[in-house]
Amino acid sequence: MTLDEILAGLFPSGHDVVVGPGKLLLGTGRRVGGHAVEVIGIAEGEPLGIDGVLPLAERVLDIAAAGGDAPMLVVVDTQGQRMARRDEMLGLNEYLAHLAKCLLLASRSGHPTIGLNYGRAAAGAFLATALATDILVALPGAEPAVMDLPSMARVTKLPQEKLEALSKTTPVFAPGLDSMTKVGAVTQVWDPAKPLDVQLEATLATIPAHDVRDALGAERGGRLLAAGIARRVADQAGEYRRA
Amino acid sequence: MSETGRPFAASASWFLSTARERLAKLLDAGSFTEFVPPSERVQSPHLALFDLPAAFDDGMIVGCGRLGGKSVLVAAQEGQFMGGTFAEVSGAKLLGLIRAARDDEKLPRTILLLLDSGGVRLQEANAGELAVAEVMRAIVEARAAGVAVIALVGGRAGAFGGAGLTAATCSAIVISEQGRTGVTGPEVIETNKGVEEFDSRDKALVWSVTGGRTRRLIGGADAYAEDTVASFREATLALMGKARPFDLATLRAELARLAGRVGRLGGCDSAVAMWSALGVADPRATADMDDPAFVALVADVKGAGDDAR
Repeated sequence: MTLDEILAGLFPSGHDVVVGPGKLLLGTGRRVGGHAVEVIGIAEGEPLGIDGVLPLAERVLDIAAAGGDAPMLVVVDTQGQRMARRDEMLGLNEYLAHLAKCLLLASRSGHPTIGLNYGRAAAGAFLATALATDILVALPGAEPAVMDLPSMARVTKLPQEKLEALSKTTPVFAPGLDSMTKVGAVTQVWDPAKPLDVQLEATLATIPAHDVRDALGAERGGRLLAAGIARRVADQAGEYRRA
Repeated sequence: MSETGRPFAASASWFLSTARERLAKLLDAGSFTEFVPPSERVQSPHLALFDLPAAFDDGMIVGCGRLGGKSVLVAAQEGQFMGGTFAEVSGAKLLGLIRAARDDEKLPRTILLLLDSGGVRLQEANAGELAVAEVMRAIVEARAAGVAVIALVGGRAGAFGGAGLTAATCSAIVISEQGRTGVTGPEVIETNKGVEEFDSRDKALVWSVTGGRTRRLIGGADAYAEDTVASFREATLALMGKARPFDLATLRAELARLAGRVGRLGGCDSAVAMWSALGVADPRATADMDDPAFVALVADVKGAGDDAR
């Protein structure tokens, strides 16, 4: 689906979301019944650098400051963080983490946050946006990844054929929507053949109050150990305190 | 005790120490207790697929101890095992520790993160990436519950990728000259964008872009430590109890700080140009001066002290 089709499907009652400078998405959509959904995002595979983070973070903080309980939709198609000496020199890690913190604050302030991955999503830009929401959904064709297989082959010094074979048996490293769903990062995959506004409402009704991604990964068999180990550490911390 | 009368432990190099050595020497003597220790043999089940050896702690050590008599929770990454990377097991250990602090107010209200990590472990990329996202969210939740989370960066692997974002999610960051932090490592930028964009073999350039002194000068770290365990200990003690709350006011201040940095320094094409723009009288000398001289220099630089994060 194209971005225009997605936005039209999500907001049949209307929206003013536009792709502005830096391929940033900003605007507001109308839910059935007239309530607002605040939209931010990044489009067309654009990498996210410090100049992109600032307007997005400002908008998120303004929404958090304004009060109310309008949900926030974070729409993402980005190849990853901007790779540039300038951005690194200025401390890109702080900028990306800042945007993630703003989204987490907005959620804590009463604005449920939904990530929507419809194109690419990778690495630091993924952490700063869609992975910092209460729930992440995707549309078929989305390509969430940490790194593509050819690059991974270079770094791990393993033949790409071997990685491709491995990726069929384990979701912990292979790029793609199926893997990210199995490990618990993507909670739902929406059906483009059905009305998106209805699916948005259904997702809004099921936003978890806590981070359930580790439990989801265990349930789906893609990340069997994480939830149990996190619990085990917490249990031992508690036992130590009581001893 | 060494010949100079200082305890050997205190003068040990942070950079050269292992994660376990750092913990042993940073904390009050004998106070460290490990959770899910190596004897429980909790290791990565995925590395064998890549013909790589696993470790019984997966390069992540978590537990509690005391610092200057105060109870703290601690986590330390072993940069010499798989680059200290975030993976399914290592990430879950850190996540469990932070969630414990978040949920149990009788546990110590300070967490020290001894980061030494290149980021996400590629062999477990999805699990590692997601672990970073979970850790960042847990840090925010713990901070909102009144826990101070302090990152200490000075190891061989620095704090890059997901570790760079994790550091910047903490309440405060202590860094040494050898500490490096960022998102994309210089080698990866060179591979993707060409040697003209970033020459990863030019060590002086790499250091000036990502190193601890630059980070401290532009406000990317809250405190500067010499490369000794004693200095990291002192800097950490000075930060304890001073954490800002995690709220709208703090994030508004951080946004103003980050936007102000782009305004002041966004046009600079080198670290020396940044240091000059910050008012450093002899920016070229910044790389060569000793630590006390650098600390004195930082005290005069506007903006380095405003570290809302």
